Amino acid sequence: MTYGIIQIVLFLSVVLLLVKPLGWYMARVYENKPCGLDRILGPVERAIYRLCGVNPTNEMGWKRYTVAMLAFNAAGFFVLYALMLLQGFLPLNPQHFPAVAPDLAFNTAVSFITNTNWQAYGGETTMSYLTQMLGLAVQNFVSAASGMAVLVALIRGFVRRNSQTIGNFWVDLTRSLLYILIPLSLIIAILLASQGVVQTFKPYPTATLVEPVTMADGNSVAEQTIAVGPTASQIAIKQLGTNGGGFFNTNSAHPLENPTPLSNFLEMLAILLIPASLCYTFGKMAGDTKQGWAVLASMVIIFIGLLALCCWSEQKGTPQLISAGADLQPSVTQSGGNMEGKEVRFGIFNSALFATTTTGTSCGAVNSMHDSYTPLGGMVPMWLIQLGEVIFGGVGSGLYGMLAFAILAVFIAGLMVGRTPEYLGKKIETFEMKMASLVILLPICLALIGTAVAVATKAGQAGAFNPGPHGFSEILYAYSSASNNNGSAFAGINCNTPFYNFTLAIAMLGGRYLFKILVLAIAGSLAAKKYVPASAGTLSTSGPMFVILLISVVIVVGALSFIPALALGPIVEHLMMIGR
Amino acid sequence: MMRILRQAVACIVIFTVITGVIYPLIVTGFAQLVFPHQANGSLIIDNGKTVGSSLIGQSFSSPKYFWARPSATSPTPYNAANSSGSNLGPLNPALAENVKARITQLKAADAASKQAVPVDLVTASGSGLDPDISPASAEYQVARVAKARNLDETKIRELVVKLTKNRQLGILGEPRVNVLELNLALDNIPNK
Repeated sequence: MTYGIIQIVLFLSVVLLLVKPLGWYMARVYENKPCGLDRILGPVERAIYRLCGVNPTNEMGWKRYTVAMLAFNAAGFFVLYALMLLQGFLPLNPQHFPAVAPDLAFNTAVSFITNTNWQAYGGETTMSYLTQMLGLAVQNFVSAASGMAVLVALIRGFVRRNSQTIGNFWVDLTRSLLYILIPLSLIIAILLASQGVVQTFKPYPTATLVEPVTMADGNSVAEQTIAVGPTASQIAIKQLGTNGGGFFNTNSAHPLENPTPLSNFLEMLAILLIPASLCYTFGKMAGDTKQGWAVLASMVIIFIGLLALCCWSEQKGTPQLISAGADLQPSVTQSGGNMEGKEVRFGIFNSALFATTTTGTSCGAVNSMHDSYTPLGGMVPMWLIQLGEVIFGGVGSGLYGMLAFAILAVFIAGLMVGRTPEYLGKKIETFEMKMASLVILLPICLALIGTAVAVATKAGQAGAFNPGPHGFSEILYAYSSASNNNGSAFAGINCNTPFYNFTLAIAMLGGRYLFKILVLAIAGSLAAKKYVPASAGTLSTSGPMFVILLISVVIVVGALSFIPALALGPIVEHLMMIGR
Repeated sequence: MMRILRQAVACIVIFTVITGVIYPLIVTGFAQLVFPHQANGSLIIDNGKTVGSSLIGQSFSSPKYFWARPSATSPTPYNAANSSGSNLGPLNPALAENVKARITQLKAADAASKQAVPVDLVTASGSGLDPDISPASAEYQVARVAKARNLDETKIRELVVKLTKNRQLGILGEPRVNVLELNLALDNIPNK
């Protein structure tokens, strides 16, 4: 218990300590200033522009920027889709996996280009090393970089005055990859490999079991085949890019994907590192770092509140486990609590912390099975996703989502005093408000409509694995996860069916690209505006009052939208649990 | 428009080469050179034979071995080629039944025990491959293993304590005992 709290404090302290240096560095990268690494990688950067026929000084308006982003993502989709369909004929497939089924390949390609990494497959039983490395891992990098590019474009919208342009997509993409994502991934990958995350191209090794296992049919199994692969390199970017698509079926619960408490700490750190630091980058580029700290403070406060609920609920466990005869009492020799679906090396606190981290951001990696969480413990990750992935959020996408909430917050404050709202010296007018409202409503609608369609159809109902309200929770979680590009699941759900593969892909596409287009439209509109100096009547957006306002808006919108649905799932399940 | 498409295709090709070929090759080269044991799966070789991985659990059911946690992988428990949790919801009757059946098994193997059964010993892990049990779960089994092996309980307990991993760097994670390593060490105790 005490150790659990110490670990949480340590974790958050390390994240917050790194926010300023990394945030500062990323601001240098995006403002095209010397950042150190450009001395070595500058020639590579220029070579990329030459090979792609890009003039880096060529600025784009928001529409052109959007088209470039969409074209790049579409190209990525086709490469990945083709790789999955052709993997049977391609090299680096030591386990001889056949082509991926077309509906699953479609779902997976959409899932990875949208930074969702929803997985209707088990990695070690479906994907060749080549597909993982050349397809999935590449999208881990570039989908993250796409999100960062859109964020930077939005920040420029606030910063620029009377401008028709918001930057160059190719430059933002290239610099995100070369100077931020690749160097950080190299460091994390090597640290993870030191802990035991595998990194090899050899076929799966076989071990002779110490004690052969007798199967139900009386046959005996004496060997254990151990899935391996080029894992560490992929896991590093899976975490850093808030992607979350596991190399293995059980993701970061798998001992070869997350072998030790230290690797777990690094993986959690890698999830929060960039999204948290981007808040500082935002403040730095906007010329007032307090603005970034205010947004970050709002995120941290909501995060801690929900984390506490999750830890408490998981540590308490369920009366069902206790009455079955298990000892759930924490002590120096066991973590106790609800250990179904959790690993001993992580125990309760590191599982709950990982779950909160991965769903507050749009990561979706898991180190424990959320489906087996207690009703309230499992509601925390689900609701964090439903809040719109803004509690740190995805790389880039989290902060541009949160800035939409900030626009809504200043608008509400403006209504109270009867003034045109302003944010960072830009007047927030009808167009921005319409777009920001759509940004907030879009994933909510996709999640709720998707769930409604699934529970109303036979094909949808067939997916539920657990009986009762928990089966409903599985479906609600799935559409919330897809619409908000998280990718984690209540994994019992049987979602590798044409119905789920197709409808969840629609939710992912809408949640990613419509969202981004709206954000870029806001960016274009803001960039064209003139600067309004702050006056006595301007609401300060860097103080505690704004932090409270922003938290309230996020919570109220999230609660109003989802409490009716949550009441049918985790809330009624909790009542059933304590009622007997 | 055509120009943007050309740029998009060129970009995805170049970044596929950089992040999909060069980057993983650098990581593989480094890992194989500096951490070859870890990079290849932390395999345990005993007399030239691979007997498992120190990171991957195995199933044990004989009273003379420490038992690992239940595993939900199929078709066999601890199938390291197809990791899986049970995904049973907290109120799913199957979960309570599994726990009860497991407790019955444990009690049947050691009728004399009056200890409470630690929760991790009766619940399936997330991966289905958890190599560890809590020290409490190891202690629960000491008497049974000692009896089955006709050894002194203190001797077994000493071994458990010796093989218990504490929190990493003194802070991180939970104390734990690696079941496969413990059982291999048991088999290496010379017979009296």
